[in-house]
Amino acid sequence: MSSFKVNVEAVLLPVFSVACALLLFGLFVAIGGHSPVEVWILLFKGAFGDSFSIQNTLQRAAPLMMTGLCVAIPARAGLTIIGGEGALVIGALACSALPYAFELPLNIWGTVIMLFAAAISGGLWIGLAGWMRQFRGINETISSLLLAYVAINIFRHFVEGPLRDPASLNKPSTFPLYASQLVGTIGQWDVHWGFAWGLLMCLCAGTWLGFTSNGFATRVVGGNPRAAGLVGLPSSRLVVCACILGGAAAGLAGGFEVAAVHTTANASVIAGLGYAGILVSFVARHQPWAIVPVAIVFGGFGAAGSMLQRRMGLPDASVQVLLGFAFVLILAMESIRGRIDWFNIFNSLRVSTKTHAV
Amino acid sequence: MLQEIFIPLMLAVLGGAIRVGTPFLFVSLGECLTEKSGRINLGLEGVLIFSAMSAFGVAYLTDSAWLGVIAGSVSGAALALLHGVLSSLKRVNDVAMGIAIMMLGIGLAFYMGKPLIQPQAPTIGAIALGEWSDYPALRAALNINALFPIGVLIALLMHWAFANTRWGLTVRMVGDSSDAAKALGTSVTKVRTLSTALGGAIAGLGGASLSLFYPGSWNEGLSSGQGLIAVALVIFARWKPISCLWTALIFGGAGALGPALQSVGINGYYHLFNAMPYALTLLILIITCAPQRAIRGAPSELGVQGQ
Repeated sequence: MSSFKVNVEAVLLPVFSVACALLLFGLFVAIGGHSPVEVWILLFKGAFGDSFSIQNTLQRAAPLMMTGLCVAIPARAGLTIIGGEGALVIGALACSALPYAFELPLNIWGTVIMLFAAAISGGLWIGLAGWMRQFRGINETISSLLLAYVAINIFRHFVEGPLRDPASLNKPSTFPLYASQLVGTIGQWDVHWGFAWGLLMCLCAGTWLGFTSNGFATRVVGGNPRAAGLVGLPSSRLVVCACILGGAAAGLAGGFEVAAVHTTANASVIAGLGYAGILVSFVARHQPWAIVPVAIVFGGFGAAGSMLQRRMGLPDASVQVLLGFAFVLILAMESIRGRIDWFNIFNSLRVSTKTHAV
Repeated sequence: MLQEIFIPLMLAVLGGAIRVGTPFLFVSLGECLTEKSGRINLGLEGVLIFSAMSAFGVAYLTDSAWLGVIAGSVSGAALALLHGVLSSLKRVNDVAMGIAIMMLGIGLAFYMGKPLIQPQAPTIGAIALGEWSDYPALRAALNINALFPIGVLIALLMHWAFANTRWGLTVRMVGDSSDAAKALGTSVTKVRTLSTALGGAIAGLGGASLSLFYPGSWNEGLSSGQGLIAVALVIFARWKPISCLWTALIFGGAGALGPALQSVGINGYYHLFNAMPYALTLLILIITCAPQRAIRGAPSELGVQGQ
């Protein structure tokens, strides 16, 4: 297939899968006695219907872009990292714990230092998984998952123990950040700056991987480790660097969740954004540029969820069902990639029936 | 000192190990079977929560806890079968599919389980193994989940079957060398799909144990990742069903240590004790793994041996 056809398919296949998922979800709610058409309209309205919905959508897309990068960058270096949740949680903890340790300036520089701490701690967390793989031969999928559990428990220990704000009774939290240290919104929009950073990081990561020699070397290590060794590439350094960059992205997602959304670290931070990022990255086929639209679409579904709950009385988990259908279908559709001629879909179907008849 | 603190503490940990460890036992046995055939099912978290919901729902509707247990197992098998079938398709990544199945299972369980949050369902009875003792703490510790002996039985059965039955040897062969299996005319896809489904059926019993024994109700915070971490338990147990039993008790005991210490006045380390088994698994991996060498006991088709 020509590269143009490959690109068209790369767009059509996930769109087709999401359409199937919407159809399936419609059937699912119809069984429960709701009108599927009304659900579809509300889904669209809730995600992209008016400026409020769009802002909500973009706000939710921000952490997904960053946790998506935590999977995509290591994936291009040949690693399957599924512990982005751990880096996010550690980043959130670092961001909220830093003001306890140091007197931070009560302005934008304080925010910058806190977010920097979040990125570094997240980067080291996933970097550890990369190091263990390169130097101890430990499978990174499993070590990153274990590290995520360790991270979540460390987070809970500090938030409910030494760092707990005594005023947070029902929901243990750290002391809220000073208002002057919070991340603001972009201009008149109700979208915090994390979205712009996520966008920028995806663009930079895509450019780095696609157009620089260092990024090319990383992809060689991921595509063919033996060839990388033969031409003398520093495989271990590139792999660990990719992990650190990915982890830093997820750590920053945690930092923004604290400094822009929750203003304090508590259990709301552990919302499965790291796991959703895995699927975002797989749907985008680990292409950082493609992560942007994918994260926006899935952020949109998230935003539409509360609308479905409010207007139709559907359970708040209905969006999770829709996302589940969508992800399962998109991953399963991988198996028909390259088998269907999308330009002559009817032709190709006719030909195939003919050959069967013969 | 010994009488007053140490013995009650140990008894509380022992009781907790069985209570908290029972779901761990079932998910690790299920994951063990799936991994022996050469595939990883990360979707067991979804399987666990979905089966907990269906077990509770059926027990509530039919007023029979044991029908609920059967429903949990069947629904677990159905969801795992979906993972097995879809992961058999070409170029479908079983790790990513596991995460997708996890999301789907949790979503379906929360959606369908919404009306089940309030009601009470009949619970599985406890077996009072400590009747002979007149020491109340010991009696409480030995008041065990009726599903636990079933889990022990499954572990023994799996241990025997892997070594002595044609069926068990086929699963191991498929997991160790798909080429050998193909040469003998065995369908690798069929064996892996069935192993995944059967693993889901076993894990479904763990879900039933969650909603019908301890904590014994249906709510959305029922599982704290026991299904996802089954992968770690199986590594800890080195893919041996009998070791899965000890591992489940160790992980369960570590989870029970925090509350037990709280009861004797030591507070505040609950979550760190919870983290210990995971840190310990990592430590074991660091000590026993080396580049260019597989973890001992790992099925070779699994691809968990680094590069």
